[in-house]
Amino acid sequence: MDVKTPPLDIAKLRQDFPVLHQKVAGKPLAYFDNAASAQKPQAVIDTLSHYYETTHSNVHRGVHQLSQKATDAFEEARKIVQQELNAAHPHEIIWTKGTTDSINLVASSLGQNQIKSGDEIIISALEHHSNIVPWQMLCQRTGATLRVIPISDEGEIDLQAYRELLSSRTKMVAVNHYSNALGLINPVEAIIEEAHKHGAWVLLDGAQSLPHRPVDVRALDADFYAFSGHKVFGPTGIGVLYGKESLLNELPPYQGGGEMIAEVSFEKTTYGELPHKFEAGTPHIAGAIGLGAAFQYLQQQDRPALARHEEELLAYATDALRRHFPRLKIYGDVPHKASVISFLLEDIHPYDAGAILDKLGVAIRTGHHCNQPLMQRFGISGTMRASFAFYNTTEEIDQFITALQRAEKMLS
Amino acid sequence: MESIAEKQADIVEEFAFLEDWMDKYEHLIELGKELPLIDEQYKKEDNLIKGCQSQVWLHAENDGEHVHYTADSDAILTKGIIALLIRVLDGHKPSEITQADMDFIDQIGLKEHLSPTRANGLVNMVKQMKYYALALQASESKTTSS
Ligand SMILES: Cc1ncc(COP(=O)(O)O)c(C=O)c1O
Repeated sequence: MDVKTPPLDIAKLRQDFPVLHQKVAGKPLAYFDNAASAQKPQAVIDTLSHYYETTHSNVHRGVHQLSQKATDAFEEARKIVQQELNAAHPHEIIWTKGTTDSINLVASSLGQNQIKSGDEIIISALEHHSNIVPWQMLCQRTGATLRVIPISDEGEIDLQAYRELLSSRTKMVAVNHYSNALGLINPVEAIIEEAHKHGAWVLLDGAQSLPHRPVDVRALDADFYAFSGHKVFGPTGIGVLYGKESLLNELPPYQGGGEMIAEVSFEKTTYGELPHKFEAGTPHIAGAIGLGAAFQYLQQQDRPALARHEEELLAYATDALRRHFPRLKIYGDVPHKASVISFLLEDIHPYDAGAILDKLGVAIRTGHHCNQPLMQRFGISGTMRASFAFYNTTEEIDQFITALQRAEKMLS
Repeated sequence: MESIAEKQADIVEEFAFLEDWMDKYEHLIELGKELPLIDEQYKKEDNLIKGCQSQVWLHAENDGEHVHYTADSDAILTKGIIALLIRVLDGHKPSEITQADMDFIDQIGLKEHLSPTRANGLVNMVKQMKYYALALQASESKTTSS
């Protein structure tokens, strides 16, 4: 198939990502494990070292100059994320450790005063373990019931079945926006609209969407939105929970400690205002500032062009895989999805192929991708997954196809 | 029969000729294919060593003096490494097995396959092979002392 030369200078863009320019086992690295974690632009790396070299101090505590500078940078980063998500207020952005932590925060706080025996929580059959286990734990604690929306053979959420699951007992619907195992883009607008008709709240696991497309939480009318910094080209150990102000105000704090209080005495402690109520302890200051830098980097790019380039990579790779591998089966084989291909080559074990690809410089993910129930639904134990970021190239895909042909030959 | 250390030295020498990664992997695949089949009755849940990437089944027996292992995996590279581990430890006395240093895996460059991040069941397989020998040793010393 014809691939138009992207209107992007990919070579120049790649210069921004130092880690990409290395050899693995003597071969140029082709990094296709972006869905697990994305690489960092120099701007983020520089921001982190600049912060530690010039600004570091604890935030919100000191009268001295450094503390003020650190606090300003930290709160500025919160505003960058607010604008990126189009949230109404900076204090709707809660810093967490990542998606997992964000989901646990909501599940834990909900369990304290909102969920009771007989209530229902709905998730889908497509969820990452991070969006399953916290809800199971909440149900165990409260006697609520977990309901699971079924999916089609291609992994698509069954909206009709979802409507039938919804009722006045439904308190929370938690689904992923883009799926990590398959790359599917879920119909979250419809999911949110239906949930709201029943008075239920919706949490979107956005770990996989923001790396590919900007998100507008107000346009979506999402009640909560969770994501991880490390998947959007930012540092590890930092993440975000967006929540609507009114809902965050209804929830009790998650953890207790410093930062989150207004006044403490042994008789009674009053909690701080948003966002601090949910940010006990010294936060990952450098991480937050680094995440702000990652979004600023993205905002400086031609984002529609990045998205088009990713679509081209997906089409190019899908087409090449189909042409060269008659035994190929793609999971989540739908026309409109993120630049992720989850596949198997009949009886070739993903572990074997992945280990061989590694020695040919190609980094893919193999296994169940933290989606064991989904793999069970497909009757397999895992897949190979290639996930592309905007800094990947068609040349790298050629390298991947050649390497996979070699692996197939060795393993047949 | 060669000692455990001698067998390891042989394997290291055998792999020394295989400079390219692909040659090493080709060789492992061959070894995996040649690994004697495990008796189906032993491919049961009790003998399964779970890894999130690939699975290993391990069965051990003893003839009163020596330990004998059979094993299998769903991934062929894993199976190739299993073949090496069995070659080194099979047929030895429990006391030799429990004391064995399995550093040949490192020397032939396959250590990463035994790292916990690979989650392929191999790390636990080595442990399990030794546990079995240890259990035998313990029950032997019990019977001799009573
Ligand atoms: C869809 C989805 N949800 C949640 C997570 C968990 O993210 P983290 O490990 O950064 O908390 C991931 C990461 O793999 C993911 O892809």
